[in-house]
Amino acid sequence: MVLLHLLLAQAAADPTKGLTAIGRGIVYGGAAIGPGIGIGLVVGNAITAMARQPESAGTVRTTMFLGIAFTEALALFGFVLAFIISG
Amino acid sequence: MNLLLAVDVPPISNVTIWGSGPLGFNKTAAIYLFAALATILLFAFGTRRKDALVPSGLLQNTAESGVGFVRNQIIMQTMGTDGLRYLPYLTALFFFIFFSNITEIIPGVQFPANARFGMPLVLALATWVIYNVVGVAKQGPLHYLKNSVIPPGVPKAILPLVMIIELVSTFIVRPFSLMVRLFANMLAGHLILVTFAALSAALFALKPTVVIMPFSFALLVAMTGFEILVSFLQAFIFTILTAVYIDSSMHPAH
Repeated sequence: MVLLHLLLAQAAADPTKGLTAIGRGIVYGGAAIGPGIGIGLVVGNAITAMARQPESAGTVRTTMFLGIAFTEALALFGFVLAFIISG
Repeated sequence: MNLLLAVDVPPISNVTIWGSGPLGFNKTAAIYLFAALATILLFAFGTRRKDALVPSGLLQNTAESGVGFVRNQIIMQTMGTDGLRYLPYLTALFFFIFFSNITEIIPGVQFPANARFGMPLVLALATWVIYNVVGVAKQGPLHYLKNSVIPPGVPKAILPLVMIIELVSTFIVRPFSLMVRLFANMLAGHLILVTFAALSAALFALKPTVVIMPFSFALLVAMTGFEILVSFLQAFIFTILTAVYIDSSMHPAH
């Protein structure tokens, strides 16, 4: 409640500041959709592979971390972009 | 009431401005100095007893298992035996990034130096220079360029498009994403810890809401544990991606 009051007070003082905050939220939220699905696919398939063939778990785990690193880069670009946006 | 405002996120200029003390020396620079000294001293003192068959002592055990980890989990998994000449660089890189990340959860410091993008940028550019130099030295400039921009088995019709994508991806996106991955992960983790710490303090200060403070505090403790994992994982990922990029220059796909 207190936070909401603070936000409303800020929005009343400077309406564009609230829009900037909404824009930041949309940028990060949008950037997180694709990588969220992608990391789910990477890790899910890695777990399937490990369960089928436990002796190859070491190799699969290394490759899984590589795949996660490549996939999450896009979400992190969105995270940085949300900071760069200024009203 | 004032505590709630402490959650306010600092402007982007706070992230890019380097140093405010004398000669630009500040907390970030102090942490990097600590990380560099810790890496050097660990291997200077940890590897001195060459004649000991059975390793003993904290320093020697850490140094030897660290070298073994980089050798077996990073180099042998990506580059194979020809990559062993990069073992010293990759081990130093791994420990330097890890030491400058782990200050995120050390009480009293609680700041990951890599949350400011100066040093991640330098490390990413070092990786960029190494894999390009290795590629040019091993394959010759023209072959290296051809192998970098033309992936095998692409139909001729879409080759121009693929060439542009591969050119941008190999020479621009690779170092940029290395830098952003390390910097943004540490910044995000630090912000999460700051948010939950400030929220706990604010809920504690506001009398009616103190009953939900334990939940926020429990999540703060849990996230601190998670950040130990993230510090290690980001050092590992930066090092293994460096190894993968050097490998792609040493052994091009046919």
